[in-house]
Amino acid sequence: MSEPTGLKSWLTTTDHKRIGKLYFWTAFVFFLLGGFEALLIRAQLAKPDNTLISADTYNQLFTMHGTTMVFMALMPLAAAFFNYIVPLQIGARDVAFPRLNAFSYWVFLLGALFMNASWLLPHHPAPDGGWFGYATLTEKQFNPGPNIDFWLLGLQILGIASLAAGFNFIVTILNLRAPGMKMMRLPVFSWMTLVTSFLMITAFPVITVALVFLMFDRVFGTHFYLPQAGGDPVLWQHLFWLFGHPEVYILILPAMGVISEVLPTFSRKPLFGYTVVVYSGVLIGFMGWGVWSHHMFSVGLGPIADSVFALTTMLIAIPTGVKIFNWLATLWGGQIRLTTAMCFALGFIALFTIGGLSGVTHAAPPADLQQTDTYYVVAHFHYVLFGGTMMGLFAGMYYWWPKMTGRLLSERLGLVHFWLMFIGMNLTFFPMHLIGLLGMPRRIYTYSHDLGVDSMNLLCSIGAAMLGLGMVVFVYNMWRTRRHGAVAGPNPWGGATLEWSIPSPPPVHNFDVIPTVTSRVPLWDAPPKPAPPPGHIHVPAGSWWPMVAAAGLPVMALAPLTHTVWIVFVGAAILLFGIYRWAFEPFEV
Amino acid sequence: MPFRPTLRGTLDAVPRYRRHYISLAALLGLGLIAACGGPYPQSTLAPTSDFGVAIDRLFTGIFWWAVVVFVVVEGLLLFSILRFRHREGAPAPEQHHGHTALEIAWTLAPALILVFIAVPTVRTIFATAGDAPPGALRVEVIGHQWWWEYRYPDLGLVTANELHVPVGRPVVVDITSTDVIHAWWTPKLGGKRDAIPGHHNKIAFRADSIGEYMGQCVEYCGASHANMRLRTFVDSDSGFQAWVAAQRAVPAAPAAGSPAETGKQMFQKYGCIGCHTVAGVSAGLIGPNLTHVASRTTIAGASMMNTEQHLRDWIGNPPAMKPGSMMPNMHVSAADLTALIVYLQSLK
Repeated sequence: MSEPTGLKSWLTTTDHKRIGKLYFWTAFVFFLLGGFEALLIRAQLAKPDNTLISADTYNQLFTMHGTTMVFMALMPLAAAFFNYIVPLQIGARDVAFPRLNAFSYWVFLLGALFMNASWLLPHHPAPDGGWFGYATLTEKQFNPGPNIDFWLLGLQILGIASLAAGFNFIVTILNLRAPGMKMMRLPVFSWMTLVTSFLMITAFPVITVALVFLMFDRVFGTHFYLPQAGGDPVLWQHLFWLFGHPEVYILILPAMGVISEVLPTFSRKPLFGYTVVVYSGVLIGFMGWGVWSHHMFSVGLGPIADSVFALTTMLIAIPTGVKIFNWLATLWGGQIRLTTAMCFALGFIALFTIGGLSGVTHAAPPADLQQTDTYYVVAHFHYVLFGGTMMGLFAGMYYWWPKMTGRLLSERLGLVHFWLMFIGMNLTFFPMHLIGLLGMPRRIYTYSHDLGVDSMNLLCSIGAAMLGLGMVVFVYNMWRTRRHGAVAGPNPWGGATLEWSIPSPPPVHNFDVIPTVTSRVPLWDAPPKPAPPPGHIHVPAGSWWPMVAAAGLPVMALAPLTHTVWIVFVGAAILLFGIYRWAFEPFEV
Repeated sequence: MPFRPTLRGTLDAVPRYRRHYISLAALLGLGLIAACGGPYPQSTLAPTSDFGVAIDRLFTGIFWWAVVVFVVVEGLLLFSILRFRHREGAPAPEQHHGHTALEIAWTLAPALILVFIAVPTVRTIFATAGDAPPGALRVEVIGHQWWWEYRYPDLGLVTANELHVPVGRPVVVDITSTDVIHAWWTPKLGGKRDAIPGHHNKIAFRADSIGEYMGQCVEYCGASHANMRLRTFVDSDSGFQAWVAAQRAVPAAPAAGSPAETGKQMFQKYGCIGCHTVAGVSAGLIGPNLTHVASRTTIAGASMMNTEQHLRDWIGNPPAMKPGSMMPNMHVSAADLTALIVYLQSLK
């Protein structure tokens, strides 16, 4: 069965592997954009009292750097692997709802473009309220331009993409597992995808409510967050962080899943304490709901609330620590091959540990009163999200690249990439611990020479340039691989999970014969037998309608942006027409 | 399994005496970086109040626990990488799936460490909750975009951006805001609290040593967040009394025909009176109270020193000095500006 090619085949695709690639490349471009924004920030902060970038532009840059990295780069990069890898790991032919999957992607793309379109308008009114968008600063009276409208509408659109993807992966993992793939035989990456999906469908409604309140305040003149009329800006903070902390685990759990695949493969040992690692991940998912106010210790919630949230936050360190010890035990006594993927996975452990430990220092509210909103916190969460999530995702890229493209990335360039990232990352973010403790606040476009932190800031900026260089090497490596990469074959790393039992890249129907699973490491315990020739295999046909339905959402969002009511009906009509045709589409083969 | 000393091998290639140079260079590098800066006026690591010291003690304890865990985890990681490297032809490693006793051990160990962290944490939370003994000096801090208003309700004083407190006496600060959320922070005197419209937060502290302390707004509050700075002066008892007396006095009206008298007219002509209070002259409430502006060391949200040139730059074009400034460019002519500055400098 030959795969169709051409633009139409990509626009209408419902194949989870193609949608995975679309997610990957879109998210990768946004990762480069967010990284470029970070480089501009570091250029401005390279010296004190710098005038390179204006205050307004700087505030837009840090707002969009955070928003882009969280919603348009890290989450969708993880989603790229959910899409491409999870059906292969569980022995399925596709996700449960292939057209809903396409809808998720198009909504994500259009939401991200909608928000970033603000850069292109005259005077670039990009969002400038911070990724956390604290009321009352985001209210109309303090921010009358369209900046915040772009942000809150874009986020609502992106939230719909996450919700649809979350439901899809829950049903896929629960219902489409191959025979014998019991839950406790599920590869850890698929397990963490499941936990993450549950967090997505439960966390995104919370921020959607917060955003709708804010939209009502700005567009219809309600006062949810305005104290003059009985509202309360602290309500926003509770809603935002009630979403925001589970969001942190939405970002880190997939990366933990990736390294739980990479470490065993390159140690040639099964994951130590599989059950404990899985339950720790589930526990972190639950406990992540009970810690949100640790983002609000300076708000003044009172000593009792502060004590409770301090204790719950410290407790969450336990399952996290348990995971780290199990990964170390996986390495112990193994035969470690230091491939690039493995280096990134080991980098995850080394750097995420630092981020976790600095996290414990601001789990103590009094200590946090000196740390919050300073560069110490910037250092902390970049060790978690760059040292953790990105290192894990890079490990995944090197690990699964041959599966996705059929060719291996260059290991030599890969190691150059790794060391540039590892050293650059520490050079950029380690001094920030000290810069923060020496009293430099976050989110300031300029700082005084009097603070005495000039040289450390310069060091951070040099590190950031190194990270930029690392990305250049990586992009070159990917480009070069198209022609010069070694052909991978089905299982170049000797991996143990089902995705390595089929050709690279996999055929459109994935498995000629759906395998029967008898073990957690099926390929190590029972090498695959040659499959009998396939009969007729049903593969869902492409469809235009998910994209048409998705296009209705940004059109609807134009209505509050331009204060033009009739547009919302046009957008809703497009959305409903798309869904109607989608629902009644002939079921073709 | 034989030990494969990869890293050790690399270092072995370096003569022993040279290895000291390597460590020396590393230390020197760190030292140089630290020495380039200083004296760190906003350091949280050198507290000078009971509040700051309590926080510092808690942080130091947690920090050393973190160092211990860091050394253990990174040590095990490095050791595993060096010790368990793949060798060609070696048999497949033993396939361990887990170990219940180990799992219990490394669940309990961090739990135990957390007990040692949690107990002092909760104790410090209650000790630093902002309760002050009776008789503490009360100060109200009100955040504005982008400056701080200070009121002393018991002393009948209003000033801006520069707080004065007596050494050794408890102070309780009540923090709120009129517009967006700010956060009030003088790092050497202790932690920050948010200034939230519709809410009141409390900080209580007793400053240990006389001096001038820098701080700034530390919750993102819009265009000039970076320029919303502050100073806190810890005065001797007599110094504080003298400051209070001076602030309470109504400044003498400028002599008729003097340049300051002209400046006072400019203060009305250019509409300054609409936003600023000068006791006996105007009662504007939007901008800082300027009754004793000449007694302050800084202007413009404590972002510039109070010099003639800075006054000229600032009043001449406020949004250029402080982006988004609520004070508009009033297009004051050069001659009028000179007179205005003479007047402002007379408000001691």
